Amino acid sequence: MKPNHPALLAPVQLARSLFARDRQADRVVPPSGFTAQLTLFTAGAMAFLAVFALALSLASGRLADRWASALAGTATIRISAPPEQLDTQVAAVVALLATTPGVASSRVLDTAEQRALLEPWFGPDLPVDALPLPRLIELTEASPGYDGQGLRLRLAAEAPGAVLDDHTRWRRPMAQAAERLRLLGALSLILIAGSTAAMITLAANAALSANLPVIRVLRLVGAKDAYIVRAFVRRFTLRALTGAAIGTLIAMIGVALLPQADDAGAFLTGLGFQGFGWLLPLLLPPLTAMVAFAATRYAAFRTLKGLT
Amino acid sequence: MIAFENLGFNYGGGELLSDVTLRLAPGSFHFLTGPSGAGKSTFLKLAYAELRPTAGRVSIFDRDARMMTRDDVALCRRRIGVVHQDCQFLDHLPVATNVTLPLTVANRKGNPQDLTALLDWVGLGKLADALPPQLSGGERQRAALARAIIMSPDVILADEPTGNLDWDMSLRLLTLLVELSRMGKTILVATHDMNLIRQAKSQLAARVLRIQNRRVQLAGADL
Ligand SMILES: Nc1ncnc2c1ncn2[C@@H]1O[C@H](COP(=O)(O)OP(=O)(O)OP(=O)(O)O)[C@@H](O)[C@H]1O
Ligand SMILES: [Mg+2]
Repeated sequence: MKPNHPALLAPVQLARSLFARDRQADRVVPPSGFTAQLTLFTAGAMAFLAVFALALSLASGRLADRWASALAGTATIRISAPPEQLDTQVAAVVALLATTPGVASSRVLDTAEQRALLEPWFGPDLPVDALPLPRLIELTEASPGYDGQGLRLRLAAEAPGAVLDDHTRWRRPMAQAAERLRLLGALSLILIAGSTAAMITLAANAALSANLPVIRVLRLVGAKDAYIVRAFVRRFTLRALTGAAIGTLIAMIGVALLPQADDAGAFLTGLGFQGFGWLLPLLLPPLTAMVAFAATRYAAFRTLKGLT
Repeated sequence: MIAFENLGFNYGGGELLSDVTLRLAPGSFHFLTGPSGAGKSTFLKLAYAELRPTAGRVSIFDRDARMMTRDDVALCRRRIGVVHQDCQFLDHLPVATNVTLPLTVANRKGNPQDLTALLDWVGLGKLADALPPQLSGGERQRAALARAIIMSPDVILADEPTGNLDWDMSLRLLTLLVELSRMGKTILVATHDMNLIRQAKSQLAARVLRIQNRRVQLAGADL
């Protein structure tokens, strides 16, 4: 019983079972309309869902990456102190940052930059010098990054007026949410693959039991298991391939037709595929065909094992 | 060709056959008789490995049936033509396709002229395109016989092949079996038809086996 193990689904075998001149093997098993449509529909619906799960997963992955890199990028230290202490504390912080591992560089924002930051709120004529404004130091993180908790402790000791704002307080949960979404998307894809396999197995089992008398006759006249299995596998694989191709196509058109918008709705409109990402959903039909191939093969060999 | 050694068989209940030792020598012609329900069909099924013995052993072409893989069994059945008591056709395919089914599943091409000749011979020339459910009982049996011999098998096992045939057709079928026997085929025919057996014995050296008290014994000359 050499190649009879359903686990071996080499693509070569798949192709052979699909395109070999086995049409007559196909004919000996009567057409099974209902299970055929069931398989076609299931594969189509599942591929449709899979395209969206894939889009969701890819988009949230991009978002997670962008937010994570923004997180890792920069942080600001704000120093508020009585005017006479301000310069000393700024100098102390700069010196401290220079010796902090994980900090690539730091830079004190000058008055012009601070004015630029405040302009939108207070207008161009703001007398920056006259206001007791905090001083800002921008630092760029190296990789691996600095230890935020440790830096805060040292700042508190050396420059009591310094506050580290590393943006993480509000961004980290978002980056985490995006990361989680990516995972959920991937999990959905796995579940979709599992359900597809389960449903095709059910459909194949239904077709196999409906055709039990036929299978019995074929065995009696000397058909090998592989011959009988091929007739069923071919049928279900082709159907799953067709269904998945249709489902994928419709879903991709749906994604392509999502309205374009700029930054404002970035997440929703960013749901589409980008660049080579458009090639990924094209993998779904062949993958569905492989799932159908393995599922039907498994079901068929199991059914045959019960017959002599 | 096919040998039974201390064979025992039951369907899970009481013993149906026990301690059967028998050899179907190459080229031999046997009839198998016995009351209905004695186990004639069962015995034939053991001979082509549809059933496995519950005791003893069956060797088919010198191979222990229990040691054969599923593919071995398939290959083995290509060398044994079987006329099943209940015929066993694919009802959605025409008679001609059913008759050539053994060739089809073996990925062999048949000769269309041979097929026509064969169908004509069993009197089904006009019914090649009919579906099996449209045939009469006798026509089905003749189609089954045609299917059994299309691979030109070494062994032919026939289970009540004349059950639904009139005497003329029975004789025709017997003539075919005799012909096949003269070609060196090994033949085993299960039948109730004593006239058929007598007729056969007048044409060749046929032996008669009888299932009695769970044994398969060579019947005496009392036929
Ligand atoms: N699959 C089965 N499971 C259980 N019992 C069975 C099975 N097939 C046959 N039997 C029983 O085994 C006995 C022998 O059956 P078999 O078909 O071999 O008889 P037979 O000699 O061919 O009879 P007939 O002359 O009527 O064809 C019968 O009593 C039958 O009921
Ligand atoms: Mg019988």
